[in-house]
Amino acid sequence: MIDLILNDFFWRAMAGGLMVALVAGPLGCFVVWRRMAYFGDTLAHSALLGIALGTAFQTNLNLSIVLVCVLLAVILMLLSRQQSLASDTLLGILSHSSLAIGLVVLGMMQDFSIDLTGYLFGDLLAINQKDLLWIALGGAFILMLTIWLWRGLLMITIHEELAAVEGHRTGLLRLALMLMLSLVIATAMKIVGVLLITALLIIPAAAARPLAATPERMAMIASVLGMGSVVAGMTLSWHMDTPAGPSVVVAAFGFFLVLWVIRARSPA
Amino acid sequence: MTEPVVSLEDAGLRYGETHVLHDLTFSMSEGDIVTVIGPNGAGKTSLIKLILGIEKPSSGSVRQRAGTRVGYVPQRMTLQPTLPLTVRRFLGLAGGDGRAIEGALARTGVAQLADESVHHLSGGEFQRVLLARAILRRPQLLILDEPAQGLDVNGQSALYELIQSLRDELDCAVLTVSHDLHVVMASTDTVLCLNGHICCRGQPEQISQDPAFTQLFGEHLANTLAVYHHHHNHSHDVHGDTVP
Repeated sequence: MIDLILNDFFWRAMAGGLMVALVAGPLGCFVVWRRMAYFGDTLAHSALLGIALGTAFQTNLNLSIVLVCVLLAVILMLLSRQQSLASDTLLGILSHSSLAIGLVVLGMMQDFSIDLTGYLFGDLLAINQKDLLWIALGGAFILMLTIWLWRGLLMITIHEELAAVEGHRTGLLRLALMLMLSLVIATAMKIVGVLLITALLIIPAAAARPLAATPERMAMIASVLGMGSVVAGMTLSWHMDTPAGPSVVVAAFGFFLVLWVIRARSPA
Repeated sequence: MTEPVVSLEDAGLRYGETHVLHDLTFSMSEGDIVTVIGPNGAGKTSLIKLILGIEKPSSGSVRQRAGTRVGYVPQRMTLQPTLPLTVRRFLGLAGGDGRAIEGALARTGVAQLADESVHHLSGGEFQRVLLARAILRRPQLLILDEPAQGLDVNGQSALYELIQSLRDELDCAVLTVSHDLHVVMASTDTVLCLNGHICCRGQPEQISQDPAFTQLFGEHLANTLAVYHHHHNHSHDVHGDTVP
């Protein structure tokens, strides 16, 4: 046990995972409440394009991921105002196109020997100290912003017009939510990878739903369940030598199943 | 003379090529009760959006007195079942403290629902919760979009009675939108009959005689316009049941 904690890279991975899960809890709730799961997927897929472009132009990868995610979020927001394509079609087009373009661009740079699997499924155990600092700073920023904007974000989720009448800047709040999601996706990529980020957002939130009577409680329980999933998944990964990111998601899914089965058995 | 709470002057609203509303001129001061009636597609909800400032007029002007506190009871709110929300928390988001929330809920007759989940309320109960939330802001202008929808006649008159007494208490202007001709509040000062523009206006008793009104709704329907009068010998609970 002591061995387990003293291993430096494991400790770093655990700390990074816990921080991301803490931040993903409340934001994941918004993804669930506002039915943005597909939107989250689209942002996550575009993160791969961010990596490809960042590598091509030799800039900071974290920065290029955030930039591409934010750009895509803004494009989506603008495009969703037109009516000729349903929003899920639009999301599907952008999601898969950005993933494909990312893969093609990465393919053209074979000599850079990029670890594609690491980006797709996460490479939690490869987190270095700089990554950890980035996660801590990004995470603290998102968490503070979430708390600061909480009431407004909740109001636009409940009723957009009521929120507007009560003086909330609905357009800005929607944009802020998208930016925060972009940021959390950029930071969470190291942990679970492009293909599994949405899982880290929505599974703990969905699992928390039957336990909560208020939105605040649901957000807190989602954070706790997400952090529990990180601990359980990483422990599993350590002992069974399974990939860390997917193990975390499997653990989250386990929590979800158990909680919903218990809920189904006990009448409300 | 004090400035009206809200005033519209030749206001119009256009989505692309479609003129939804045009040439609307009216104003409301404290204590006024205005009921807007009109068929589906007459632009009633668009008018509310104009007055609330959610939509900007494409012509003319819509002016709210500076600093006006607005209470809004939206039509048929669909709540995401994935979002857990108690009545108390829902009101708390409007920015009231615990005692103010209890007071507002008691005032609209739903104090017992404070800790209930909003997902478990009936239509009538939820209307009263929304009304409580609106008065929590001590509005100078109260706007209600189809507040009586889904209520039976007794429930409707109970709700209208409540709105009237809230008006007396808060001295606010009340704008109610309805597609239902059958019950209009007796204390309504003005009925605006809307169909893209204001077809006719007047006191409830007069307006049912107006040819434009008869033309819009058809003779049969127009004759059914009933003015709701107070009955002081009893009152109604949330479900519209009579209580002594």
